[in-house]
Amino acid sequence: MSPLSDNLELLTPEFALTGLAFLVFALDLFLPEGKKRLLAFVSIFGLIALVVVSLVMLWDEEESLYNGLLAVDAFALFFKVFFLGMGIAIILMSMDFVETRLKHQGEFYGLLLFSILGMNVMAQSRELLTAYIALELLTFSLYVLAAYAKDSDKSNESALKYIIVGAVSSAILLYGVSMVYSTLGVTKFDDIAIGLAQATNVSPALWVGVGLILVGLMFKISAVPFHMWAPDVYEGAPYPVTAYLAIGSKAAAFALILRFVLEGFVPAAERWEQWQLVFAVLATVTMLVGNLVALAQKNLKRLLAYSSIGHAGFLLAGITVLSATSDLPSNGVMFYLVGYSITNLVVFAALISFFNMTGKEEITDLGGLADHQPFLAACLGMGLFSLAGLPIFAGFTMKFYLFTAVANEGFLWLAGVAIFSSLIGLYYYLNVLRQIYIEPTPTGDNGGDWLEENPMLAERPSWSLITVLASGAAAMIWLGVYPKPLIDAIEAASRALMP
Amino acid sequence: MNDFDDIAMLLLIVVPLAGSLSMMFMPGGQTKETWYFAIFIAAVSLALSLVIFINYDYNQGGFQYTVSYEWLPGPLDINLSLGLDGISAPMILLNGIVLLGGVLVSQTINYRPREFFVLLFALAAGVYGVFVARDLFFLFFFYELAVLPMYLLIGVWGSSTDFGTFLRTKEYGAMKLLIFLVAGSILVWIGILALYAESADLGVATFSLEGLGQLAESGQIDADFQKWVFPLFMVGFGALAGLWPFHTWSPDGHVAAPTAVSMLHAGVLMKLGAYGIIRVGMFLLPEGGDAWMFVLITLGSVNVIYGAMSAMSQNDLKYIIGYSSVSHMGYVLMGIATLDNIGVAGAILQMFAHGLMTALMFLLVGSIYQKTHTRDINVLNGLASRMPVNTFFFAIAGLASLGLPGLSGFIAEFMVFTGTFRTYMPLGILAIIGAALTAIYILRLLARTFMGEADERWADLTDSSPVELSVGAAFVAIIIFVGVWPDPLLRVINVGVQTIPGV
Repeated sequence: MSPLSDNLELLTPEFALTGLAFLVFALDLFLPEGKKRLLAFVSIFGLIALVVVSLVMLWDEEESLYNGLLAVDAFALFFKVFFLGMGIAIILMSMDFVETRLKHQGEFYGLLLFSILGMNVMAQSRELLTAYIALELLTFSLYVLAAYAKDSDKSNESALKYIIVGAVSSAILLYGVSMVYSTLGVTKFDDIAIGLAQATNVSPALWVGVGLILVGLMFKISAVPFHMWAPDVYEGAPYPVTAYLAIGSKAAAFALILRFVLEGFVPAAERWEQWQLVFAVLATVTMLVGNLVALAQKNLKRLLAYSSIGHAGFLLAGITVLSATSDLPSNGVMFYLVGYSITNLVVFAALISFFNMTGKEEITDLGGLADHQPFLAACLGMGLFSLAGLPIFAGFTMKFYLFTAVANEGFLWLAGVAIFSSLIGLYYYLNVLRQIYIEPTPTGDNGGDWLEENPMLAERPSWSLITVLASGAAAMIWLGVYPKPLIDAIEAASRALMP
Repeated sequence: MNDFDDIAMLLLIVVPLAGSLSMMFMPGGQTKETWYFAIFIAAVSLALSLVIFINYDYNQGGFQYTVSYEWLPGPLDINLSLGLDGISAPMILLNGIVLLGGVLVSQTINYRPREFFVLLFALAAGVYGVFVARDLFFLFFFYELAVLPMYLLIGVWGSSTDFGTFLRTKEYGAMKLLIFLVAGSILVWIGILALYAESADLGVATFSLEGLGQLAESGQIDADFQKWVFPLFMVGFGALAGLWPFHTWSPDGHVAAPTAVSMLHAGVLMKLGAYGIIRVGMFLLPEGGDAWMFVLITLGSVNVIYGAMSAMSQNDLKYIIGYSSVSHMGYVLMGIATLDNIGVAGAILQMFAHGLMTALMFLLVGSIYQKTHTRDINVLNGLASRMPVNTFFFAIAGLASLGLPGLSGFIAEFMVFTGTFRTYMPLGILAIIGAALTAIYILRLLARTFMGEADERWADLTDSSPVELSVGAAFVAIIIFVGVWPDPLLRVINVGVQTIPGV
């Protein structure tokens, strides 16, 4: 079959997204300063239209394009809708921040759209080099976005660290790809599985190659011991970009890992059992280190960085137990990704709103927030409870589901470690909650009154942030109380990957 | 009536939960209106509990009012299955009574009353949920829901205690309580996952209590497996029941909590722990229970003696009651561990009796503290002449807790003693010594605080408010009623106890 005979219509959402990004770039040239907010609306409506288009066009499609380089299946569709929706939320969260604190608004949204394109292709790719290109499209956009606060030393430092670490990890990944290709002669996931299963006398180069690919991916999800960059980058990057890093890039990397492991490893059952131990160790270390180091953090962004490392550990525990016989683990990972992303959206939206009002990002700055901003405080409080894994929020059900899957596959000890790490997490989330609800309002920087120095604290949060907060909180409770509709969608998605 | 049967359990959970949610949207700052609304919700809850309790058919026994809604289909097989049996029926009644009492005396909450009641009702919904859940997932869900609001309830509305040389802050009490309870729930969670994995291995993956119970009954669950999983539940749930040596959160937490929260927590929430040991541990892991019961009864007797000794040496009224709870929960644990039908029934009756008297004591102490701003029994004296009714009620509660015949504590403790004597004789003697120690610290408290000449500074002291006194009177009436005529409770409890395997 020649590539040209493929049904390219199935890639319409990707083409349209590219077009939307260029449209935003082009409009930016003509819009006068002060009207740039329009670009955000163009992006949002474009994304909403794309969600509809994707759902209508790709519903029940099950195809492989370009000789199996790209998949158009329920799994890809699930993540496509997920990433587009997240993009909408992130743009809503960024609008005020970008308008008041950043220059070159047009490019900000354009780059954001390109990174979403990268994520979408990542969830679709079934071949190492395609995945690599998609990954680079995502990270290159993120490098620029992390440096977006041009006048801030921290932002520059953050971007530089991110580029260096990102480039190194990409190089490692690429080197791994080349070694796998040199030994097996293939780069498609399912061919790798066949190669792994058939190889009787496995050459060390193959092991090293696969190992290097995993190291590259572990960098992207900031698994311990490849996590060192995350706290610094999170702290320095502009707030909405931090949120995007913690939610978007992580979810996309996990989507890729899910497909890679399920199509490239799990069918080679014997080999996968050996790799499971590697993943189990990585998961254990990541959960424990992420949550333990978070205890010592004073800066909100760093705290959330370590918390996101801890959550990556939980997700890795889910990856560890992926199996060919049960879809429980892959469902669990996807459920956790969605629940975690929504929860983090709420937390970040509340913190960005607070930052817009005060420009502060230390934990102690939150003192007395419940008195000044009861709505923000309530949303943030619910988000923290959800991250800590308490009912009636998404955090509880997603943890229960994922850990059940882990225990059910014979890794009860790993589930135990995960549950224990959640307890550590609870402690630092509660400390933030204590600031919000119990501690008194701090005194201002100049020794004056906190409210007088931060007059915006008396005003309402902007409507765009309220939208994200309210709908996010509602979704969090919905997933915590009745997740069945989502689980149904997830089951359809993971069936596409089951051998 | 049948329609009511179908939704009764759901209503029990939904009423407080809906109350909690709708309060979130009430305008803030309207202290009085918020309180009235809270009373309304609590009264409806109590009425529901009462109707449900009365209509529980003890001739028929077993689970009644059962409903089941599919929540997640297989392979997880989680259902929102609810129902009520003889063990949980008295517990929901207790929760209804203590909840209404707690809400009524929360008249004095002036700081953000709306948020206070939102959290208090979330807690109450969680407690109801645990007692009526027939599915491990939902049992755990509601269990966590009951624990979660505690941190804020204590941290925001609680009070710190100054010991002169050091300060026990409310934040400390709240954090300690939550960390202990969540640490306990970690063990419970691991145990639940282990049970699920075991049932999946046996080919019937399920979280349903009945499904797992059938596996246990038919002896399919491996005995060795039971022996290592049972202690997870014993210690995990035990931590909430104040099991020694995991009890230290309890006095600190109760002292820091505001009155209504102390009442609910010591009165009902600690019972969740003991209930969990019965419902999950004994029903699903009978052989594991058999093997570990001597440990539980030993620790329980340590609870009794240690709690009483600690209470004797405290000077803070709330600490005395806090340690007395530890001591009394020891009887509950001992009664459960006897695996004897009288002992276990006694334990459940003790849960009910202790819930009422400890709630009453916290209520009265709260009232004293409100007026005198101290809880030090070396400073307080002669209150009997200033607060006669409060004193009278306190005396009743105290006498009930030391087991005076005619009051609720007597019959319950007597049954526990009987059960213990039939199984573990020497520990029974220890338990009776514990009762004697109770007499010492209760009488010491009564003598120091209420008897003697009243100090000059208490000259203007008046008795507790009418609301507090009427709640107190209701509690006293129930304590006497149960003491004189325990049959309505016991016949329900007995049909529940008969269904426990191995009893």
